[in-house]
Amino acid sequence: MTSAALFALAGVGLIAIGAWSLVMRAHLIRKILAVNIMGSGTFLILVGAGGGSPVDPVPQAMVITGIVVAISATALALALVLRIANATGKPALPEDFERDLMDREDP
Amino acid sequence: MVFDGLLVIITLWLAWASLASRDLFRGIVLFIAFGLVLAMIWVRLGAPDVGLAEAAIGAGLTGALLLATWGRLPRPEAAEDVEKPEPTMVYPDRLNEPGIMMRIVVGSALVAVIAAIGWVLLAPAVAPGLTETVGEELAVSGAENPVTAVLLNFRGYDTLLEIAVLTAALVGVWALGPAPKVAHAEPSPVLLGLNATLLPLLVIICAYLLWVGKAYPGGAFQAGAVLAAAGVLLILSGGRPKIPMSLKPLRWAAVVGLAVFLGVALAVMFGGRHFLEYPDGMAGGLILFIEIAATISIAVILALMFVGGRPEDES
Amino acid sequence: MLIDLLSIILIVAGAVFFLAGTVGMLRFPDVYSRLHALTKGDNAGLGLMVIGLALQMESLAVIGKLILIWLLVLLAGATASHLIARSSIKRDIKPWSRK
Repeated sequence: MTSAALFALAGVGLIAIGAWSLVMRAHLIRKILAVNIMGSGTFLILVGAGGGSPVDPVPQAMVITGIVVAISATALALALVLRIANATGKPALPEDFERDLMDREDP
Repeated sequence: MVFDGLLVIITLWLAWASLASRDLFRGIVLFIAFGLVLAMIWVRLGAPDVGLAEAAIGAGLTGALLLATWGRLPRPEAAEDVEKPEPTMVYPDRLNEPGIMMRIVVGSALVAVIAAIGWVLLAPAVAPGLTETVGEELAVSGAENPVTAVLLNFRGYDTLLEIAVLTAALVGVWALGPAPKVAHAEPSPVLLGLNATLLPLLVIICAYLLWVGKAYPGGAFQAGAVLAAAGVLLILSGGRPKIPMSLKPLRWAAVVGLAVFLGVALAVMFGGRHFLEYPDGMAGGLILFIEIAATISIAVILALMFVGGRPEDES
Repeated sequence: MLIDLLSIILIVAGAVFFLAGTVGMLRFPDVYSRLHALTKGDNAGLGLMVIGLALQMESLAVIGKLILIWLLVLLAGATASHLIARSSIKRDIKPWSRK
């Protein structure tokens, strides 16, 4: 297995870790972290699947585009989280209140 | 290979620890560390441009945004000088914990997905990739760095849309309401001293990354991110040098990237060319022109999104 | 050959300093001593690593950039630890004492 394939498999692992937390955790900022980690995993698959030796610049350009789009979406999502937290008093969606016992200690 | 395996283990562990940690602050800090280790992986994959972008944008600016929002979340024991907004909707407390059935279903779905993608990835590659195609056309593209050539010439349409997404995100953040008011303590003189040394240096590094991106790893996005970091430093030091800052130049700076890119894309159609098809020989100059405007826009937009809302017009 | 050996020794010494700083951060009793251990250990460790790497480089420009990186990390680390200590004092976190 080449290094690039190993990194691509790591990307798959990151997608799994992110997806699990996205579904299971209630705190909205944690969900945003999970989506970012899933995004990083996807980028690893994009570049890693291309293989190592002749370095392919097209997936690299796509990943740079993806990183910038990810931060735009994250910034918008964080502004939304702040509005939700100010409007409802808790940084979680109404159907998830009190759901995740781990977040009880969080502000 | 051993080093790569270690990097993979550290990355997966950091991602898991970031999401599983009880304390959200610790989770965000671990996420920043995860971003930096990921930047090392990009370098190992032969993608230094992506590594630069990941370190500056993915780890640095995203981490700063997350920490800023975490700090602005309403706390029950907040200090008196911070304005506490009144909750306008109150929901009943309901206990809705993911039970064992849900864990089994989600877990098996994820295992199936990982197995499927992993099996496809481990199969030998069938597509030849685009390295040779890019290499053949590199001489007329206007840049020697193949990633810059792809970003701003071969796939320039994607980059145009990306800058549009960035601008739209700024409009979205501004549409959500005014910037949260934070009580500003007097910034520490050490921080002001750091600003005096670091801000001019960051401007120089931004210009260097922009210029050198033509032939070596670098480019408009990395340079814009460095300048955005300078903007974030300014915001964190309680503002700026005491110049009454009106909002108008910032608004213009935020849209100049999209405007210039769109303008160039439409203007080249006058010679009978397609949308965004650069004339022969002018590709290098046009790429530099677009990159300068894009860097200014990216820096201003990312720094303004750090404020978290529509800033007050202080003209 | 001698240069390579010297580089290896310097880089390993730098790593030892990093390790010492991290162990200090994990084991020291309060935030001030942790900051002290971390900043000093990281600065010295990075300096040794930069010297070790600079021995391997050929062009002066790259060596200059490495030294610039070290100076910037010094600057950022000092400011960051000052800011953390300042905000800790504002929150009335008392330094650890033997009593």
